[in-house]
Amino acid sequence: MKLAYWMYAGPAHIGTLRIASSFKNVHAIMHAPLGDDYFNVMRSMLSRERDFTPVTASIVDRHVLARGSQEKVVDNITRKDKEENPDLIVLTPTCTSSILQEDLENFVERAQLDAQGDVMLADVNHYRVNEIQAADRTLQQIVEFYLKKAAKQGDIATEKTEKPSVNIIGITTLGFHNNHDVTELKRLMADLGIEVNAVIPEGASVHELKHLPRAWFNLIPYREIGSLTAEYLLREFDMPYVDNTPMGIVETARCIRSIQKILNQGGVEVDYEEFIDEQTRFVSQAAWFSRSIDCQNLTGKRCVVFGDNTHAAALTKILSREMGIRVVLAGTYCKYDEAWFRNQVEDHCDEVLISDDNGAIADKIAELEPAAIFGTQMERHVGKRLNIPCGVIAAPIHVQNFPVGYRPFLGYEGANQIVDLIYNSFTLGMEDHLLEIFGGHDTKEAITQTLSADKELNWSPDGLTELKRVPGFVRGKVKRNTEKFAREQGYTEITAEVIYAAKEAVGA
Amino acid sequence: MTTTANTPSLEFDCDTGNYHTFCPISCVAWLYQKIEDSFFLVIGTKTCGYFLQNAMGVMIFAEPRYAMAELEEGDISAKLNDYEELKRLCLQIKRDRNPSVIVWIGTCTTEIIKTDLEGIAPKLEAEIDIPIVVARANGLDYAFTQGEDTVLAAMAQRCPTEEPATKTIEPEKQERNGIGKLLSLGRKTEAAAPDEAPAADEYYDHPPLILFGSVPNPVVTQLNLELKKQGIKVSGWLPENRYTELPVIKEGYFASGVNPFLSRTASTLMRRKKAKVIGAPFPIGPDGTRAWVEKICSVLGIEPQGLEEREAKIWESVEDYVSLIRGKSVYFMGDNLLEIAMARFLIRCGMTVPEIGIPYMDKRFQGAELQFLERTCEEMGVPKPKITEKPDNYNQIQRILEIEPDLVITGMAHANPLEARGINTKWSVEFTFAQIHGFGNTRDILELVTRPLRR
Repeated sequence: MKLAYWMYAGPAHIGTLRIASSFKNVHAIMHAPLGDDYFNVMRSMLSRERDFTPVTASIVDRHVLARGSQEKVVDNITRKDKEENPDLIVLTPTCTSSILQEDLENFVERAQLDAQGDVMLADVNHYRVNEIQAADRTLQQIVEFYLKKAAKQGDIATEKTEKPSVNIIGITTLGFHNNHDVTELKRLMADLGIEVNAVIPEGASVHELKHLPRAWFNLIPYREIGSLTAEYLLREFDMPYVDNTPMGIVETARCIRSIQKILNQGGVEVDYEEFIDEQTRFVSQAAWFSRSIDCQNLTGKRCVVFGDNTHAAALTKILSREMGIRVVLAGTYCKYDEAWFRNQVEDHCDEVLISDDNGAIADKIAELEPAAIFGTQMERHVGKRLNIPCGVIAAPIHVQNFPVGYRPFLGYEGANQIVDLIYNSFTLGMEDHLLEIFGGHDTKEAITQTLSADKELNWSPDGLTELKRVPGFVRGKVKRNTEKFAREQGYTEITAEVIYAAKEAVGA
Repeated sequence: MTTTANTPSLEFDCDTGNYHTFCPISCVAWLYQKIEDSFFLVIGTKTCGYFLQNAMGVMIFAEPRYAMAELEEGDISAKLNDYEELKRLCLQIKRDRNPSVIVWIGTCTTEIIKTDLEGIAPKLEAEIDIPIVVARANGLDYAFTQGEDTVLAAMAQRCPTEEPATKTIEPEKQERNGIGKLLSLGRKTEAAAPDEAPAADEYYDHPPLILFGSVPNPVVTQLNLELKKQGIKVSGWLPENRYTELPVIKEGYFASGVNPFLSRTASTLMRRKKAKVIGAPFPIGPDGTRAWVEKICSVLGIEPQGLEEREAKIWESVEDYVSLIRGKSVYFMGDNLLEIAMARFLIRCGMTVPEIGIPYMDKRFQGAELQFLERTCEEMGVPKPKITEKPDNYNQIQRILEIEPDLVITGMAHANPLEARGINTKWSVEFTFAQIHGFGNTRDILELVTRPLRR
């Protein structure tokens, strides 16, 4: 047992559900007790989905405990198959079904006999993997399932496209700025003269999967999700992949050069150097920014970076290499992939922290007292408490990290966005600091004094207690209304009773 | 709907139970805030933790007095000893927070692996010297607000049966007042604590009355004052603000529930504590509040005073809101058990209700509320709604798209998709967290209900 207040990565089934509901017309059925369908709330609220989240539960209740699921799971699968005609139903185990040890594989086989669509069991173990690992695994599992199926039916498409083309792998629902990143990547590919063969899983149909081998190569923008799929496609179809995350000017250039190399090996002579130069100097403002006097002021400032592997590593490199900021601590919560992270950031920071204990990170931040933090929503709150500005760069995230406006983190526009994010965090900190030195510009005290209420009225202790319970932002209004009411009614002392009488009378 | 217009009584239905609701462990979020000296330990998996962390949003960052005892593979396969593991964590909690009570929330996982929480608790309690209350608030058995029911039912058994010797609590009170005096620099009037017994003649002489249900402190004050107007003294609440202040409950005491989801607590109070539970409609809406007060008065043999005028005045003051919803229809998908009382109130406001979904319907505990609902329908001349227990959300959505109600009260999973289909929605959870009880909060309920219709 572990005493835990907070977690960075969710349970395994969340990862499976993220993959399943990213695809078009794929339905997930969780084998779970009532209340475990919280994923639907997150998807509907955070990413403001207009459609019903294609996830239902086959509810595990007392009867299931006593007698086993029996026909229930199979019935639920075939029912959903009839109601919504999905191409694929993914039966998703949860922590509960992990310990019930029912033969879910058998349910899937039985359901497949009746269902029009395909049915499969997500191969994830709740107690061994987390959300991110499960998502990576499920994506690979679905891709493999459909490529094998196509191979069996003989309609797999393996001949390469005429022009160079790419599969972008790993864009998911509830992924950090994923929807903006994919737009930016498509734009970048168009600029490079590369066709996008497929984007998976977000918005893809499972029927497209058999065309995956047609692409010349795969692009894996995020370290966490897509690597297993890329490895599988390399193994089975000899497809090369690029896994340099194009985040920041230098890394974007590296990613483009990797692509160039693959295309050249494929027999197409391309030279992207001019493009890189043009983009770096004129399209993206990031390179100019790092030369500008604004950025000079940031030189040597200390900051802490924490997040998932992709974002924390990229940000660390941007800060140290492109902006001259000193990263005193770079950390990740992806413990299972520790070696990769260390290797990426070792030369760009003073210290590396691998931990999924938010308390440990908060303590470290308090100890290091950086000028800014780049982390998750949890680090943002730590920053609030310590009065250190924080830019959010990775999940776990809140609804404000699903902006409506265009905010990619990848590519050249992404580099612009990151510059703004970094610079705004630091200037806010600076402003704050100056305000403190000059004693603030808060003149509220002087103004509100003349507005203070008549002193003739006496607040009884229970009246004051009740008043204190009113939320701060309306307390003044409630106080004024109550005093007005008391004066009109001729009360001299304001008790709790008077407050509530006033509330009823005024209707506020 | 026309065919049901003449239905003699309410129609009850039960569907597949495939619906969205919060897991009952969510009750820790409001109970830890209510019971200030408590610590809630949820013994479960990452799934439980992930739900709490996301559902409770910003609250999680305020150093909550709750945590997960996250079960690992070794716990599931019994490689680790439950007792030793829990002892280690509870000692850590004692050291860091020193609470007056630790509440263990049993989850689906502890049910399935049959962790004997009720057996371990008394032993550990004796060993570490902190009361441990066990509540099995799991998704196998319960929905959302029923979590509070399981906790309060467990806590009811900890309520003292004898008045503590008044002398023993006196020194502490004295001491507190002493500090109070110092701080207020001798302003003597303040030192008279607000809850010091008011003059005895303000109240009738009636058997002690306990109210049960966790509501915010302002609601406690308002309902206490409401009964005080009738000369009824509220002797205590289950729960109180502190575990150490749980009220005395013993044979012959009366008790009344303020929320419709408290059926286990009610039966525990009756069977275990031998209290008499007053079956009344719930004090939600001015009609409900009046009926609630009247029922308590009648049980205690007191003639209620001025309630009719009071109710009329409230209705008058909210007419601007009521006029917005009069004649409109509202559909309850059902997830928090407040549905019957809310529907009854909205029907009184002039709305029609085609269907009330509800996770679980205790016809005994909600008996008075159900009768009141029927009567309200008759008086307002509207068809009686169909009550669907354990609803099936998929089927409900088909019905909603067919009848196109003016407002759907639903969980957050369905709100945005329904809005995108042109159907007004209101999140049901808001009614769980907002102050909706008593005369004075009528406007607040209507504020919530009318918001989607006003914008």
